[in-house]
This record gives sequence, structure tokens and C-alpha cells, in this order.
Amino acid sequence: MKRTAAGPPLSYRLAVISRSLAALLGGYLLASMVSICVALLAPMPQVDATLTGLLLSFVFYLLAFIWCFACRSAWRAWLGVLLPSLVLAIVNGLAYWMKNP
Amino acid sequence: MKEGFRQAMAWLHTWTGLIFGWLLFAIFLSGTLSYFKEEISHWAQPELRSHALDPLASLGLAQGYLEANAGHSASWMIRLPSEREAALSVGWRDPEGGRRGFVRKSLDAQSGQPVEARDSRGGDFFYRFHFELQMPYPWGRWLSTFCAFIMLLGLVTGIITHKKIFKEFFTFRPGKGQRSWLDGHNAIGVLVLPFHLMISYSSLVLFMYMVMPAGILASYGGNTNGYFNDLFGRDEVPKVANVATPLVPLERLYAKVQEQVPGARIGFIQVQNPGDLNARVTFTQSAADHVAYKRSASWTFDGATGALLNQGAPESAAMMTSFSFAGLHMGNYAGPWLRWLYFVFGVAGTAVIGTGLVMWLGKRQLKHAKSERIPGELRLVEVLNIASMSGLLLAVAAFFWANRLLPVGLEGRANWEINSFFLLWALSLLHAALRPGRRAWGEQLGLGALAFALLPLLNALTTGQGLDHSVAVGDWAMAGFDLTALGTGAFLAWAAAKMLRPPKPVAKRAPRASKASVEAVEVK
Repeated sequence: MKRTAAGPPLSYRLAVISRSLAALLGGYLLASMVSICVALLAPMPQVDATLTGLLLSFVFYLLAFIWCFACRSAWRAWLGVLLPSLVLAIVNGLAYWMKNP
Repeated sequence: MKEGFRQAMAWLHTWTGLIFGWLLFAIFLSGTLSYFKEEISHWAQPELRSHALDPLASLGLAQGYLEANAGHSASWMIRLPSEREAALSVGWRDPEGGRRGFVRKSLDAQSGQPVEARDSRGGDFFYRFHFELQMPYPWGRWLSTFCAFIMLLGLVTGIITHKKIFKEFFTFRPGKGQRSWLDGHNAIGVLVLPFHLMISYSSLVLFMYMVMPAGILASYGGNTNGYFNDLFGRDEVPKVANVATPLVPLERLYAKVQEQVPGARIGFIQVQNPGDLNARVTFTQSAADHVAYKRSASWTFDGATGALLNQGAPESAAMMTSFSFAGLHMGNYAGPWLRWLYFVFGVAGTAVIGTGLVMWLGKRQLKHAKSERIPGELRLVEVLNIASMSGLLLAVAAFFWANRLLPVGLEGRANWEINSFFLLWALSLLHAALRPGRRAWGEQLGLGALAFALLPLLNALTTGQGLDHSVAVGDWAMAGFDLTALGTGAFLAWAAAKMLRPPKPVAKRAPRASKASVEAVEVK
């Protein structure tokens, strides 16, 4: 990190905090949505589908973390985790409603 | 944040590594010690004598003891002695006694009488600290699992950063200061990479039901017990019939298990409603018998008639995947050689984290080499580095010294051992804050060298089971502990000597070396 006498500017610091929160919270939301989606939709017995969803969720958490720090701006970081979460939430909502009418 | 993908990943690697490095170092070190949990416990309770294994005799002794002392209890637990555990452990539920309503006793495997061993948590302390961090439930488990995730992230970002990973593996430039640390960090990291990836992902698997509950909640609704029943295949235990019926001899049931799986080692035995018409006895095969956890390797008998009621259900592919990760992480299946390999890999993991922390600071200190004082934040990192690494080693030594020196009759003795651990850790932080960096390193490592190197002597003087005795009778767990302490002492003495000598003047970089460093993306 380049440092001037006063350190990096405030806007840079805020952007880093914003990305960190996107990774931590947004990434967790995405991982949870993936685990629900697999648990409800995978064509397996209930316990296996749930287990597979749990096992896969961390891969998506990891990808979300990488995305949040690799993309060009903090806004894209949030967009990148929230948009897929929203899509999955709709799918999950439908699937849940079909199973528990 | 930097431009470019690899630069961004290097940034992420550096800063997550710094923030979580201190805690990860402690988690890795205590986890490494946990691979020798039973051996450490054996050292910590030298009063427990090991005898030749005789499962049938042990079962008879345990049943006799429990019938005489816990006939009123609703459930019993028996753990048979094994190659690694000398004691025959029994326990029973008793709402009025014991810790959390559960009484435990260690019996001598030959006489069947309780052994009055010194009160100590032994290896169990390090094992619990590894994933609970001495914090109240469930915070410690959450925090340590998150640290495991950061470790996995650190590995993946590290791989991305070091694109030429295999080429760099063969690059080691000793005696070059900062460059040598980076080479060491990379070499150890790459050499044990499969182990590191396995160990950090599997720790997520172990507690995934806790940290990622959304899938379970969505699929099972509020009935999370349903998930665990499906996963572990638990049966309902019938209610007490209140008809007194003697329990069948457990040896007979043991023989029936041996008919099913010849040569099976039995881990533990649970008896529910003992002495009742509706008694149930469950034998579970030892985790040492297979890599993965196996729910199928358990047999439930009717305790009144001795009939085999059912065997655990077979595992599906998804279950085998997650149970294998759990088994690989804990390494219960490992024999002595593989167990040592686990230990060495654990030490390597600890070293990767330690070298990373040292490098972060070293790189930034170089810029301030000419000025009198280093900036406050760098000094903070330096103090935390010292306390979290050499200070932790001192704390571990303090635990073992307390084990040998605290009087056996002391009230709350086991807790005082743990207090000694944390007291010395706190003192090392104070010491690191008061002394200049290099001196603090040298002094703490030097004290640690003495503390570990003298442990075998202390053991010999206080218990009479020093190396002369343990090697002669072939007590390799005891001897192995003492020898490892000696080795640790020697290593710390070497490190302390390096730190206490005045630093070598920084060598001018040869033009060739600088060319090489341009090729390698450095972690900034």
C-alpha cells in the first residue's frame, strides 16, 4: 500500500470498509442462499441435499470474498453479491412455497 | 487495493493474514498439540498405569463398578482402554453430582478400582482451546470457524499471488534476511499445501451446522433435530418400564459384535435404562478403525435379553464426503507414524502463519531502519507478534510446569494449571511491551528454551518417570513427550541465540538477486 504522510485518503478507507462488509455480510447471504437452494432443489434425499448445500456454501463464500476485493469498485462488490442473492432468494421462495403450501 | 487481480489478491492475503494471523497461530499450535491429546494427558496424569489390553476383562470390571456405584442412573458410558489411553473410563448421568450432571471416573484397567490421579485437563485443554478459544459457547466455535475460513481464503489468495508456485518452491535463498523469510514461507506453504487445504476446509465441515444453519432451517423448518436424526440415524430410546431386570453381561454382547466385524476395536459403550426391562446397550466401533466417521459401525442390543436390535444405517455418498473430511481433520485413524506426520504438518502450518507475520513487519520496518523510533502501529504489531508466538510457547510450558509443581491436593487444581497458562501469556505481552523488539524475542525464546529443555528433568524429579524409566519400560508416550520437549528446547535455544546476537548488517542486493525479485510478485 502506498502511504503519504497523512496515510491513504478517507474515501479509500471507506471503500475498503464497504468492500469488507460486502464480503463478510453479502458473501454470507449469498452462501446461505446457495445452501438453501441446493437443500430444496437438489434431486436427492432430504438429508443429502441439505448436507450437499452446506458443503458447497463455503465455496461460494470464498468466491464472494475474492470478488469483493478483486472488482473495480465497492459498488460493484455489493452488486456482485446482492444481485445473485436476490435471484436465489426468489427461486428459494418459490421452491419453499411449493414444498410448504 | 491495487490494480490488477493478482495485486488485489496479494493485498487481501496480506491484510487478512495480519488481522487473523495471531489467533490462527494459537489455533494451529493448539491443534497440532491435540494430535497427541491422549499422550499429553498420559504425561499430565502419570498416576494412570497402562496394562496389556484385555477388552473382555475391562468390560466386566466396568459393568461391576457401574452396577455397584451407579445402579440408579438413567445412562452409563464406558470407554475401553486403547493403545493410546491407559484408563478404563466410566461415566454416568447423575443430576446431583459431577460437572454438568455427569460423573466421570478413571478406573485402573487391571484392578477396576478408581485411580486417584492429579486433577488436570491434560491434552484436553489444548484440544478444547483449539476450537473454543476459552470463550463461552457458542462464540469460541464461531470465531475459530471463521478463522478457519480466513485460513482457506489465505491459501487460495496465496496460490493466486504466487503464480509460479512450483518454480518458486525450488528457490531458497538463505541468509538473505527478508528474502529468506519469503522463500521459507512459500516453500513450507507449498510443500504441505494439500494438508493445509484439507485441514482448513474440514474445520468448516465440522461446524457447518452451526455457522451456516440456513439450509437446515429451510429444509427441516424448526425441527433441526430431524436433520441430526437423519444424519446420524439415532433411534428413540424406550421409556423406563420400571420392571427391574438384570443387565446381560456386556462380554456376551461384545462377542456378538466380534461375530459381525471380526477384530473390531470398540470405542465406547452406552447403556440406557440399566437394570430395567427396557435397557438398551450400544457398542460403537473405535474411530481408530476407519478414516471416516461411520454411523454404520454401531450396534444396539436389548439389554435384558441380549438380542441384537439393529445396526447403524449405511452412509450415503454425501455423508461419506463430509464424514471423511471430519475424520481426516481429527486423524483418529492415524497410527504412530502417520500421527507424527500430522504433527509435523501442523508445525509447518504454524510456521507458515508465523513467517507471514514476521515478514509483514520486517518489510515495513525496513523503511524505518534509519530513523530512531518506528511508528506506533508497527510497534503494536511487533509486540503482538512476540506475545502471540514466543509468549504462547511460554504459556504452554507454564501449563506443563504447573502440572508438575502445583500440590496434588490444591482446590481447583486443574483450573490453576489453565490460569498459569493465561497468566504467563499475559506476562509475556507485558514483557514484550516493555522491552525493545529484538531483546524481547531473544529473552522470551531463551526462557522458553530453558522451560522446555528442563521439563524432562522436572518430570524425572517429581514423578520418578523420567526418560531413564520410560525408555527402560517402553512407555513411549511418556518418553516421546520428554524427547519432544527437549527438541523444542533445542530449537528455541537456536532461535534465541540468533535473536540475542547483534543483527548482521543488511547485505547490498546483488544485481542478479534483484532481477529474480522482479519476476516474483511480492506480497505487499
